[in-house]
Amino acid sequence: MDMLALEGGFADPARTAAHAFRAVMAAMARPGTLQQIAGARPPAPLSPAAGAVLLTLCDADTPVHLAGAADCPALRDWIAFHTGAPITGPADCAFAVGAWDALLPLNAYPIGTAEYPDRSATLIVEMPKLTATGTPLRGPGIKDRAALSLPDPESCAANAALYPLGLDFVFTCGDTVAALPRSTEVL
Amino acid sequence: MTVQDYQAEPAYNFAYLDEQTKRMIRRAILKGLAVPGYQVPFASREMPMPYGWGTGGVQVSAAVLTPDDRFKVIDQGADDTTHAVSIRSFFERTAGVETTTKTALASVIQTRHRIPEAALTEDQILVYQVPIPEPLRFLEPRESETRKMHSLEEYGLMHVKLYEDISRHGHIATSYAYPVRVEGRYVMDPSPIPKFDNPKLDDCPAIQLFGAGREQRIYALPPYTKSVSLDFEDHPFDPSKAAHPCGLCGAEDSYLDEVILDDKGGRLFVCSDTDYCEERQAQGHRGKDAA
Repeated sequence: MDMLALEGGFADPARTAAHAFRAVMAAMARPGTLQQIAGARPPAPLSPAAGAVLLTLCDADTPVHLAGAADCPALRDWIAFHTGAPITGPADCAFAVGAWDALLPLNAYPIGTAEYPDRSATLIVEMPKLTATGTPLRGPGIKDRAALSLPDPESCAANAALYPLGLDFVFTCGDTVAALPRSTEVL
Repeated sequence: MTVQDYQAEPAYNFAYLDEQTKRMIRRAILKGLAVPGYQVPFASREMPMPYGWGTGGVQVSAAVLTPDDRFKVIDQGADDTTHAVSIRSFFERTAGVETTTKTALASVIQTRHRIPEAALTEDQILVYQVPIPEPLRFLEPRESETRKMHSLEEYGLMHVKLYEDISRHGHIATSYAYPVRVEGRYVMDPSPIPKFDNPKLDDCPAIQLFGAGREQRIYALPPYTKSVSLDFEDHPFDPSKAAHPCGLCGAEDSYLDEVILDDKGGRLFVCSDTDYCEERQAQGHRGKDAA
């Protein structure tokens, strides 16, 4: 393990995580809004936003799946040191991180059960660009209509059709975070 | 308000709970927001207060508070009860957050059994303390069964209960903890708020989070979520209140407490939301019993 893995965590874990969580919560509660999130400096190729989401939500209780380019020794070491989260495959992960194409297929992830729909994976999707434009959205957390630059509206709509089961998506780009819970109707 | 030094006591982690516990609660909150009305199990911790004193709400508040927040606690609408005062001072000491009694100035409001009269905004979070999160619990005591009923959307029993109210009393006699259907899917217990408050749950701009400490459940309503109070076509939902204006501020649109004044039938109806009542009195509104 080189020294890089030891750096880039939250400087003031309790307070920084509190602010970071509020950004993630605001994103999840208001799909289609962009939130700023800060505090983490993960090694490449992970964005600061995705790093902050991992530091805020992951620990030894949450298996993490690293997809595609995200599955590199530098990132494995960083996650191991800062969160202690075990690295697993998609079938039994609580969180998965990576670019959209690397995360596919979506049916590889747990979507919860009818009695425990909360036992589903949250996908942290690294985006080259993230804007509040594009695919129109409707549902809880949205006043009338919202929009988000979704990577693949059709798969997201198929995921929403599984409600109350399904995956929840957190989109990250630079220091920006947005979310698409399964409850959101993708129009 | 006197000037205070809002500094957390250094012996505590920020907002009392350890970070691993907060992460666990935060994950539950996110799943709760993703499936509105569904009760997410969480590993509730022992808090330095007894069950029934809002341990669920306190844990949710601890997980969402940031040092920049302004925190308000109400107990049946009142800011000045033992319960509200002690939870406020708990977070003053352990999180160093600023506190307030003004609804409009608060960013996080923890509540026991009321929704503030003043309309909430998009910048606010309302945290409910919940004693019994399962709306079907008194109809079906087995958790394994109620869980199955939720998964199958089998809510006939709840309508039977409301129907039995009608057959026995001539109207739906359930007056608090009145069940709501969230986004046409989950039936949810809005905690023992009076049914007068039920319409405020619906389409609310604030994030609403519910924490049940003893029962170890967290659930949530994202902003602008549809929550419909259960009723029948011929017995529509009626958010009733006492047919009096507030004795102190004269408000006719607020939920009232009845205060017995003597043993000769003297009584006073007064806003249960103390901040709303004080605000109105400060604006010059007077009720018939105002001194």
